[in-house]
Amino acid sequence: MENEVREFIQTNYILTDDHAELGADQSLMDLGVIDSTGVFALIDFIEETYGITIDDDEILPDNLDSISRICAFVQRKKA
Amino acid sequence: MCGIAGIYSRGTTAVSRELLLEMGGEIQHRGPDGVGLYLDELFGMVNTRLSIVDLAGGDQPLANEDRRFWVMQNGEIYNSPELQAELEELGHCFATRCDTEVLVHAYEEWGCDSLNRLNGAFAFAIWDRQKKELFLARDRLGIRPLFIAQYGQDLVFASECKSILRHPQAVRKIDPVGLHETFSLWGMAPEQTSFPGIRELSPGHFMRVDASGIVEETCWWDLCFAGATDGRQESEEDLADELRDILYSSTRLRLRADVPVAVYLSGGLDSSLTAAMVRQVSDTPLHSFAVSFADPLFDERIYQEQMARELNTDLQSVNIHGPEIAQVFPEVVWLSEKPLLRTAPAPLLLLSRAVRSKGYKVVLTGEGADEVLAGYNIFREAKVRRFWARQPESELRPLLLRRLYPYLAQNLGRAEAFTRAFFRKKLTDVGDPLYSHQIRFQNSGRMQQLLRRSLRDDLAGMTSPQERLLQRLPQGFNDFTPLGKAQYLEIKTFLQGYLLHSQGDRMLMGNSVEGRFPFLDYRVAEFAARLPDRLRIRGLNEKYLLRKAAAPLLPKNIATREKRPYRAPILKAFVGPNAPEYVHDLLSPGSIDQAGLFDVQVTAALVKKCVNNLEKGVSETDEMALVSVISTMLLSQLFVSRPKHCSPARACKIVIGNRQVLPE
Repeated sequence: MENEVREFIQTNYILTDDHAELGADQSLMDLGVIDSTGVFALIDFIEETYGITIDDDEILPDNLDSISRICAFVQRKKA
Repeated sequence: MCGIAGIYSRGTTAVSRELLLEMGGEIQHRGPDGVGLYLDELFGMVNTRLSIVDLAGGDQPLANEDRRFWVMQNGEIYNSPELQAELEELGHCFATRCDTEVLVHAYEEWGCDSLNRLNGAFAFAIWDRQKKELFLARDRLGIRPLFIAQYGQDLVFASECKSILRHPQAVRKIDPVGLHETFSLWGMAPEQTSFPGIRELSPGHFMRVDASGIVEETCWWDLCFAGATDGRQESEEDLADELRDILYSSTRLRLRADVPVAVYLSGGLDSSLTAAMVRQVSDTPLHSFAVSFADPLFDERIYQEQMARELNTDLQSVNIHGPEIAQVFPEVVWLSEKPLLRTAPAPLLLLSRAVRSKGYKVVLTGEGADEVLAGYNIFREAKVRRFWARQPESELRPLLLRRLYPYLAQNLGRAEAFTRAFFRKKLTDVGDPLYSHQIRFQNSGRMQQLLRRSLRDDLAGMTSPQERLLQRLPQGFNDFTPLGKAQYLEIKTFLQGYLLHSQGDRMLMGNSVEGRFPFLDYRVAEFAARLPDRLRIRGLNEKYLLRKAAAPLLPKNIATREKRPYRAPILKAFVGPNAPEYVHDLLSPGSIDQAGLFDVQVTAALVKKCVNNLEKGVSETDEMALVSVISTMLLSQLFVSRPKHCSPARACKIVIGNRQVLPE
């Protein structure tokens, strides 16, 4: 899953600092991966790929601001 | 309005007449009505004239009585009749009633102080034959361009870089520093251009050059947003009346011409007010021109038509479907000589073409109101962030952001936490001089990732665009009001570094049309800068006092209409099925690699993303990145790898030394 998420980010958020070094725990907002609108593309991807629905009050940096947080969040939701 | 170019040769070789005419040929679009040439043993200059005042007598160069001072001008001095009368009182004899002649007599009388008496949009060169001194000056807000380069013993100047690039010692290369600044600041900081070795004479500056080189370069005017320091206690109503009076006067001055004048109508407050004022102060038939879009997302036709009906003016629209943007884009880049972030200049080039084909040479527009009277969202955003920063933990304060960005209002319910986090970056750094613009700078700074690794490494070792901007802030900037700081930065970066060039002067002059901007009269700017912040933006109501001043002249729905940014289609124009072949070629990995400016892989990923999301759309930054790559690649092609050369100009008025000779 981590690789899928990373690949999505790399193909969709192009203008970021070094892709190769995109660490699992790095803040996507700090890297400029996610701006105020970009988060919706990410939500779209997660909902479509993992067949879950994300509630509005779950759209939080705690759940989505790094690759590892995204993976953990999706796993919690699917469990 | 014209083009000028010249060379002060401090070496042993005389200035080449052929080179001057080649330089003139490059800017002939700026002035198709006649070419003038001045030449003596040290100095030469060329002028391509667009005749607007004193059509018969105004061919340049013009001189004072004893032919010591010779002048060439690009632009217009709107208050020249008053200055001419004053100078005649002082004993000066005029050969013409052309505004350009006023410059030499005023310079003879008052020296560089004469600049403070001029109300106009100008860039000019005065050659003092006696002292062998060249005087170059540029208008207060930088409406007319002027570029400078020093090649060996030659000091070269011109209205456009393409003239200077004809000099045999010019370096045909794209300056990565210019790209860096554009991709960070949304425009180049003062002085910077796209080409190494060529710089701009900054707005509001003059320069003196003698046989030893540049001996003086001085800022003769700048805006000071120190707030209401003069203790004036007028009521809002009185101030609104005063603003309206200044605008009437400024509009009246800009209607002075010996040719008919038209207006642009965008449908927004500023151009509507400009048109309404023209209607009030002039009884000649009024013609208006507008851009409309097939895509309703960009279109403002209903407001344009409403205003046209209201003012009883006939409206001619240029309707933009999309493909014509990409078709005309190479010409847009050739004219603007800068990387572009948006496609919005393209429809304006098509618009000025329509103006010219209807026989008009002059248009009045609403340019500048958003900068001097505070209409942009970036000012409101900074205000909300400062308000929020006083209570960083407040849940309610950031909700004001919804008022600014409609997409937030639609989506905020979903991603409130992310939006807050985004606008929260450096929230409490309110002492940072660039505070108002940091969100923009950070966001657009991501575009630097497009640049080739080796360039990025070089740039990393240099002063950053933000630092360069900081170094050029005036003394006293820290005492400006918060809104004043934001406006000053916007004027220095986006207005002077981008809009006035790429969307204003260049797109108008590309079709030999002179733009006149009543809101950029220095009296309007100085008046606005002295107002307390709350009269420019009240709460979150932008251009508060202007709206009050405009209310008696405009229908209510136009006077209260929120600012809507002027944008044009990007994605479908360049990567859709109807995109022209040249875009495909420019964006191919081979071309990108050969130009040596962009990272091949990152660019390929960007293009792929744009193609894959043609219907869904991509983010604003991605769209800007795409336009940046295409425009920079065109710039590199048109000026570096396959330079486009115009044929040399043919002079119809020639002055050698101090006497006029017949053209060959």
